[in-house]
Amino acid sequence: MKHLVLSLVLMLAAAPLHAEIEEVTSPGGFDAWLVEDHSIPFVALEIRFRGGASLDAPDAQGATNLMVGLLEEGAGELGAQEFARARDSLAAKFSYNVSDDAVSVSAQMLTENRDEAAALLRSSLVAPRFDEDAIERVRGQVLSGLRSAQTDPRSMASRAFDSLVFGDHPYSGPIEGTTDSVEALSREYIVAAHETALTRERVYISAVGDITAEKLGPLLDKVLGDLPQEGAPLPAEADLNLPGGVQVEEFETPQSVAVFAQTGIKRDDPDFFATYVLNHILGGGGFESRLQTEVREKRGLTYGVYSYLSDKDAAQLWAGSVSSANDSIAEAIRVIRDEWARIGDEGVTEEELRDAKTYLTGAYPLRFDGNSQIANIAVGMQMDGLSPDYIANRNDMVEAVTLEQINRVARERVDPEKLTFVVVGQPEGLDGSIN
Amino acid sequence: MPKPSVWLFALAAWLSLPGIALAADNVTTFQLDNGMNVVMIEDTRAPVVTHMVWYRVGAADEPPGQSGIAHFLEHLMFKGTEKLEPGEFSSVVARNGGSDNAFTSQDYTAYFQRIAADRLGLVMGMEADRMANLRLTDDEVLPERDVILEERNQRVENSPSALLREQHSAAQYLNHPYGDPIIGWRQEMEELDRAAALDFYETHYAPNNAVLVVAGDASPDEVRKLAEKHYGGIEPNPDLLPRTRPQEPPQLAERRLTLRDARVSQPYLSRSYLAPERDSGAQEEAAALYLLAQVLGSGQTSVLNQRLQIEDNIAVQVGAWYSGTSLDDTTFNLAVVPAAGVTLQQAEEALDDVLTEFVETGPDAEHLNRIKMQLRAEEIYDRDDASALARRYGQALTSGLTVEDVQAWPDILQDVTAEQIVAAAERVLDPQKSVTGQLLAPEVTQ
Repeated sequence: MKHLVLSLVLMLAAAPLHAEIEEVTSPGGFDAWLVEDHSIPFVALEIRFRGGASLDAPDAQGATNLMVGLLEEGAGELGAQEFARARDSLAAKFSYNVSDDAVSVSAQMLTENRDEAAALLRSSLVAPRFDEDAIERVRGQVLSGLRSAQTDPRSMASRAFDSLVFGDHPYSGPIEGTTDSVEALSREYIVAAHETALTRERVYISAVGDITAEKLGPLLDKVLGDLPQEGAPLPAEADLNLPGGVQVEEFETPQSVAVFAQTGIKRDDPDFFATYVLNHILGGGGFESRLQTEVREKRGLTYGVYSYLSDKDAAQLWAGSVSSANDSIAEAIRVIRDEWARIGDEGVTEEELRDAKTYLTGAYPLRFDGNSQIANIAVGMQMDGLSPDYIANRNDMVEAVTLEQINRVARERVDPEKLTFVVVGQPEGLDGSIN
Repeated sequence: MPKPSVWLFALAAWLSLPGIALAADNVTTFQLDNGMNVVMIEDTRAPVVTHMVWYRVGAADEPPGQSGIAHFLEHLMFKGTEKLEPGEFSSVVARNGGSDNAFTSQDYTAYFQRIAADRLGLVMGMEADRMANLRLTDDEVLPERDVILEERNQRVENSPSALLREQHSAAQYLNHPYGDPIIGWRQEMEELDRAAALDFYETHYAPNNAVLVVAGDASPDEVRKLAEKHYGGIEPNPDLLPRTRPQEPPQLAERRLTLRDARVSQPYLSRSYLAPERDSGAQEEAAALYLLAQVLGSGQTSVLNQRLQIEDNIAVQVGAWYSGTSLDDTTFNLAVVPAAGVTLQQAEEALDDVLTEFVETGPDAEHLNRIKMQLRAEEIYDRDDASALARRYGQALTSGLTVEDVQAWPDILQDVTAEQIVAAAERVLDPQKSVTGQLLAPEVTQ
């Protein structure tokens, strides 16, 4: 079988997308990316507002999250139930989400009733009611989620980690806020969050499916045209506290959960692709990475260990996670540290680099396999400041990474001394001292 | 304000014509001479294929005392054959830009790859190879057993709600193996070994016990040629046993269980009832139960959401679901997460009141119309996701259903009446035949 593989190591000839991205500007001035595909009679519309939960004022943590949770709980003339009935009658699908850096709105609308669905979507974005009974109901749901997270080892680990690493930056606290802050959020805070988080100057849009540019422009003007122009200031760059070592949070549970990170890299850094490929070899992807091989396959210490580059608007991390029984987490962490140091000292081999490139370039077109997926990718690219031709050029940039470059990046950027672990559980044999 | 009723009518008329027919048109099915079923779902929008092999064997087919062996074997299927080194299967897929994985349920075990369409033959060749030529040594088997124990830690032991689900299922099924967890009971997992895995493999893995599903950018002719080339030469197993499992006796007493765990900070209530599954050629009862779950617990306008969350502030979350695609009797499930200050007992009483009332009043006609409208629209949205269609066919064909059953299901759902939903509720939601679970923090002792 091995010879067969070698004969198949070749670039994918097919372009990722059959259809082209068209840049559309609406009569009202909204820029959007459109991929027309009329084979299925619906359109996926992806709208994203830069800012997200990091716009929360220090005395209103969780306001953006609560606000986003209320967008589908009544708008314009319609109360919460009436809104839901109207949406369901049209079989439109709307979802509203918040992350540290963005509020995301995903809509799927049937061609047959697109205008009605768009009118409903508009009212949820432009004229949400924030009725008191809806506020209390959604607040109760958020508080319930926060209670659950307080004793869930995985949530506990990422919360403790964010708090250690991000200090007093908005990224430090949970997107949902805290029990105290959410209980204290009055309607004024929610209205204010709406006015500052959903604004014209911060919006990114893509549409994929059964719609033309001529129809899309007016639709966008209708859905978004009445939003305020300017939003709240975006947060400053975070000062990362990555001292190295291990911080342990004792919690009675059989398996310890660890999250870890060192400093990452900005997407527009000339070394980004080399670091991206390097991470793939170290801990990205499925069963193939060094971390999976050493921690899972050879030693059976975990069900899964991963590392990834996290590029937030105001912070870059090279992060990862692992979980292992309390009596084996120390060994898992030792192996991860050894692998972290080894890839920094020795770099990667020619063969590893070649395999990683073949995987990454081959896997890229597989992402473009549905209207909603394509809309998601297209809006993410806009937020990253990329142009549509990135799709055609991205694999060339992966291919351009040389062994010399990737090993220089490994020497310069891999930093096992500053690799900082937060562990939740009852780990045995970990000294639990932050450097 | 939109006028739902007008649009409902227009869309219903339009949907009943081309949409549903198209959804089925791109599906081709055939059988190889050795008994392997093939389903091909054509979607040429992207140069990608999903290739899946589903075996008609799952955790409920395990020998007594070996819970978890079906899932353990699924992991070990990546450990090599006469031609492939351990781990090489996945690394070849990865080196060709693809991704691969597998999953195990009570009724099936499935292996899949997503890869560029021109590599379909490559993954078929490897999948066919491991259908017949698995090689295992203790050097691979023993560390992998530690991996599945860590998987159990991660999925179950670290989560009180997962522990309650496991206990709840065990209480639901007195006699049927659905009461044993797919991942296995820990003490039995610790004893699983190479011999048990190979025994299970030889008993159940054969082309006449498998379904090949290909979805994506390939033509039916091409798939047929490739399937015959790679799978056609594998000998069928003439000794396949019928899938008969011990069945449930009539339930005569309601069952209750309470899990107290210091890690619980949000209590909740779970409820289940034994329920009939979708049967080939007779899916009407299952369709009524499916709609009952939608009416009761799906979405903001569902009956439970309306009553317990919006009107009475009893709950912060409610749910109802019915997993009809199952080889044997399945369950109808309800769950309530109480609002702050509401006890589980109060939540349960409120839940039961709503159920009793529902059986008397039945579903609201407009609500039912909205649900049916959404189900019709799903036929359109689903065409955007060929992998999901592939899973639907694979799951059905390993759970006692046929391609015809899958394709008839949307129309059967549309034909369900309000009376049938109430009748299904009356039959299934019988308090004497219920299992109720409570997840709670420990009682505080002074």
